[in-house]
Amino acid sequence: MRLLVNKIVLLLSTLSALIGLSFLAWILFTLIGKGLSSLHFSLFLNDLIDGGLRNLIVGQFIMAGIASLIGVPIGMLAGIYLQEYGSGKYVRFIRDLSDIMMSAPSIVIGAFVYAIVVVPMHGTSGIAGSIALAIMMIPIVINTTDNMLSLVPKELREAGIALGASKYRVILDIIIKAAKVGIMTGLLLAFARIIGETAPLLFTSETSNYFSVDLKEAYPSLTVSIYALANDPTSSSRDLAWAASFILTMLVLIINLLGRYITRKKG
Amino acid sequence: MEKLFKTVSFMSATLVMVLLASIFFSLFHTAKPAIEEYGFGFIKEKAWDEEVPIENDIAATPVKKEEPKAAVSSDDDDLASMLAGNTSDVPTKTVYGGLIPIVGTLLSTLIAMIFALPIAMGIAVFLAEIAPKQISNIVGIAIELLAAIPSIIFGMWGLFYFAPIVQSFVGGYQVSLLTAGLVLGVMILPFMAAITRDSMRTTPDVLKESAYALGATKFEVIKDIIFPYSKAGIIGSVILALGRALGETMAVAFLIGSVFSLPTSLTSPTVSIPVAMANSFGEATGMKTSALFYLAFLLFIISFAVISIAKFYFLRKDNK
Repeated sequence: MRLLVNKIVLLLSTLSALIGLSFLAWILFTLIGKGLSSLHFSLFLNDLIDGGLRNLIVGQFIMAGIASLIGVPIGMLAGIYLQEYGSGKYVRFIRDLSDIMMSAPSIVIGAFVYAIVVVPMHGTSGIAGSIALAIMMIPIVINTTDNMLSLVPKELREAGIALGASKYRVILDIIIKAAKVGIMTGLLLAFARIIGETAPLLFTSETSNYFSVDLKEAYPSLTVSIYALANDPTSSSRDLAWAASFILTMLVLIINLLGRYITRKKG
Repeated sequence: MEKLFKTVSFMSATLVMVLLASIFFSLFHTAKPAIEEYGFGFIKEKAWDEEVPIENDIAATPVKKEEPKAAVSSDDDDLASMLAGNTSDVPTKTVYGGLIPIVGTLLSTLIAMIFALPIAMGIAVFLAEIAPKQISNIVGIAIELLAAIPSIIFGMWGLFYFAPIVQSFVGGYQVSLLTAGLVLGVMILPFMAAITRDSMRTTPDVLKESAYALGATKFEVIKDIIFPYSKAGIIGSVILALGRALGETMAVAFLIGSVFSLPTSLTSPTVSIPVAMANSFGEATGMKTSALFYLAFLLFIISFAVISIAKFYFLRKDNK
């Protein structure tokens, strides 16, 4: 009887894993099936106004790129502070807040940026979108840096200090280098996370049919346009949405796998 | 230079606090007209964007106080209704209440949790205890990849592929509370499974081995050793997943129907707080924007509370 119960439970558990895997397979096959059939090389050459996706892909990358330029240094510095400089209650407090912020609903962050950037600027803009993504990114980068630096052995720090190096030199030249692989992986995963975000962009950057480098106006966004296109009843719009979804998902998954590969190879 | 570096890094860390505080205050500030107008009754009010007559009772002193405010803030709406040929003499005002999106959020999250919880536990047990190391690694990566897929993809797949199948079993509408909840469940499933697995793995091997040595079966080890040992971590993980489900926008936006009506059954469409924001924000002005911010404020408070409980009560990391 005990053995039978054991068998049943193990079977159910394996079954759950299969269910999980089949969802992944189902979504991927849907994307590949629908995406590949709608995917043409011309999509990368034309803007949305001409039935292509070029401006959307570029726009999404630019906004995620600017968000990284803001979010990565701030997040890393904060992570360094938590691990290397600060101590006691304050560090714990900031660490907790950062964890909470990491799980804050992304649409709320969008609403926040709407209130502090979009309203004063009298309109949606690429800047607002980038700021929203940066706010999403900061706690993720803090978490990664914090965790990775905590793995660096104490002896390295002591050796650096013993050589007479100042603390910030030790941090930049020794500790960060020692944790390089882990931090790089974390940054890649953070980038993959924000480039697929839709909700924080809905009313900050919105989207645009045209190619744009002017960050002060509504900015083309791949994800926001997918939402609009998928809700459009015409089948050509839907096909375009599937092609865009395919590109987006592949991008996110490849960045993810790349991050894992780096850790595996060097870590 | 040393001092500068230290100061800058301190400021970056403090920025987290500043950001969270400014999110709180800016949401509150923008929601203030709605908070003042409706107070706590907002969460019980069923009407959304509905014209109701202003009662001009003799005893209605508080109403009188509200009157000029309502006239100013819902200017556009009143104008619109006048243009639309609202010729009745009774003065009306537009009312916004939060009951429907709040109920929609809670119910869709509940469905997601009921669906995801057993499967996530199964996956976690499989990854942590049953599968051989290599299979566990591969399946683990696959589950994490599932977690990495952008939520808008879940929404699209859910709408065009998953919902029709659900509908063919239970009938009703394709866009409904049930399909939204299920897709939300699929979405939080990998997240919940991954962090639950990590919690289970903290069980010391010595404990498990002792139990096996006493002749326990795998299930008994899981039930009597691993679950009790990592109980706090598992509950924390589940609550964290709950927090994520509450605030999820895109996966739900495709499926819940975005209709401001209380669901009469599992298969009827409704709306949730994030979806109300996603779909109504664009054209909103005046009191409507404020009411949406009131919703955002409530969502922020709720998820803040839920995540705090998970983090502080169950997942307290013992810091070195």
